[in-house]
Amino acid sequence: MFPAPIARAPRPTRIAYQAALFAMLAIWLLPLFGVALTSVRSIDDLSRGNLWGWPSEFRLSENYAAVFADQRMAQFILNSVLITAPAVVGAVTLACMAGFALAKYRFRGNLALFVVFIAGNLVPFQILMIPVRNLAIATGIYDTRWALILFHAAFQTGFCTLFMRNFIKQLPDDMLDAARNEGLSEFQIFRHVVLPLVRPAIAAIAALTFTFVWNDYFWSLVLVQSDDVRPLTAGLQSLRGMWLASWQLISAGSIVAAIPPVLIFFFMQQHFIAGLTSGAQSD
Amino acid sequence: MTGAVAPASSSNSSSSISAWWWRHQRALTPLILLAPACLMFATFVIWPLLQSLWLSLYDWDGIGPKTWVGLGNFVELFADPVFFTTLANNLCWLLVYLAAPMLGLLLALFLNQGVRGIRAARALFLMPFVISQVVVGLIFAWFLNADFGLLNPLLAKVGLQPVAPLDNERWAIFAVIMAGLWPQTAYCMVLYLTGLTGIRAELIDSARLDGARERTVLWHVVLPQLRPVTFIAAMVCVVSALRSFDLVMIMTAGGPYNSTNVLAYYMYEQTFLSLRYGYAAAIAAVLFALMGCCVAFFLWRMLSRERA
Repeated sequence: MFPAPIARAPRPTRIAYQAALFAMLAIWLLPLFGVALTSVRSIDDLSRGNLWGWPSEFRLSENYAAVFADQRMAQFILNSVLITAPAVVGAVTLACMAGFALAKYRFRGNLALFVVFIAGNLVPFQILMIPVRNLAIATGIYDTRWALILFHAAFQTGFCTLFMRNFIKQLPDDMLDAARNEGLSEFQIFRHVVLPLVRPAIAAIAALTFTFVWNDYFWSLVLVQSDDVRPLTAGLQSLRGMWLASWQLISAGSIVAAIPPVLIFFFMQQHFIAGLTSGAQSD
Repeated sequence: MTGAVAPASSSNSSSSISAWWWRHQRALTPLILLAPACLMFATFVIWPLLQSLWLSLYDWDGIGPKTWVGLGNFVELFADPVFFTTLANNLCWLLVYLAAPMLGLLLALFLNQGVRGIRAARALFLMPFVISQVVVGLIFAWFLNADFGLLNPLLAKVGLQPVAPLDNERWAIFAVIMAGLWPQTAYCMVLYLTGLTGIRAELIDSARLDGARERTVLWHVVLPQLRPVTFIAAMVCVVSALRSFDLVMIMTAGGPYNSTNVLAYYMYEQTFLSLRYGYAAAIAAVLFALMGCCVAFFLWRMLSRERA
């Protein structure tokens, strides 16, 4: 293990390490802490410049209620859910199918196709803006949730396929051949042999894709414009114009927007990190 | 009468279809499984990419007819001072972002311990990466705000002069990049933490038994084994640096005087503010070329690893 385990060091070193760890963490999360603190402050505190001191009064419920007082906030959250969930399901489904095909079948162009998925996934996606927007307008899905659902499902398929292909490739070929000898068709093998075994991989890409799609801002600016379909990231920015310098409301709104991905992250931490670091694991 | 014949013939033909299918399923299954993913990816990623490059050769306001101008947009681009500012800013973004792997490595080395609560600590360190860049941008825009920001009262407490980094033409870009460095470092940290769990302990132990100092062990034993991780971390940073848009839009909207503008945001402005779709596509083409160099390098490295 590197560096040398602190557990074997003398007691003062161990205590110093714990203290340093705590201090680092406090500094690292200082901006988040500041925002969380502000989201429960009164407007008086802000105008008096009491930004870091103890709040003169706690207005947690008032501030968060004020955020939801605007009907649009609930609508934005609903939109984010209605966009993110189908996009994740779509990308994961496509990636399971494509990943299995790329991992376990030999055919001409297999590697080339795999390379295309990787390369497409690395593209600075803003490049696609004008044609994708025109496509959405031409097909009538512009300014509907479908525009975002379909685009995200398609774009995230790149990363998800890369991940699934590498995961499925590790499954032994003998197992699939044994299933074939039992008389299972290829689709039955996919459905009853492969899919149950790749559940951890599905969890990993689902957690990651959820976070990426939920946090997207660019495409929610480009592909939708009305409040009825706009997701929370873009919605927050438009509410900011209304809240002006009411930083306690902006803070509370930011916290609300951050909560779903943070929850997913904490509940699916292992899967999330496995997905994030798939390239960094030594084979 | 016919009703009695039809099922027999249909079952006959369906059994011949199924026999045919059974013989060819191994060749056809991958095609059927790949078709939806390829169709979606081609429609929303590959084809738009090509269209974007093609559009860069036209003059277009987004509604009327397109006029062929050849390389005209690029000629104009290379005489456009704002373009060079945005290009320089993207390169600046790229260079500063390469600090993220280094900082991430330091953080990972610090956190690679088995003390109590370390798992929770690591998760908390990764938090900035999990939340939206919009939220990160809002937090930092306000943190650095000269009038009601959180930073100046903090500086005043330790006796320092107030600062206004986001209003400063020279420093604003670094303030925005710093905001981006926060989640990016967290990402690199988690990559290195994973890499550190995979390195071979016996090599470290034997180096230590030979009396090597910790610094020597890090440099000659640990870092070489982490090379694949460093490579991925660097690539991830390059990709994020070229995709920078959200933070610029939220924190400065490219200002003051375009000093924080980047290619992606300039392209967005040219499309929706100036309605110059062709010119915007030319900016996208430059961004693509920049990416192409990096991706080519990345793929070449990855394929040579795959073969090895």
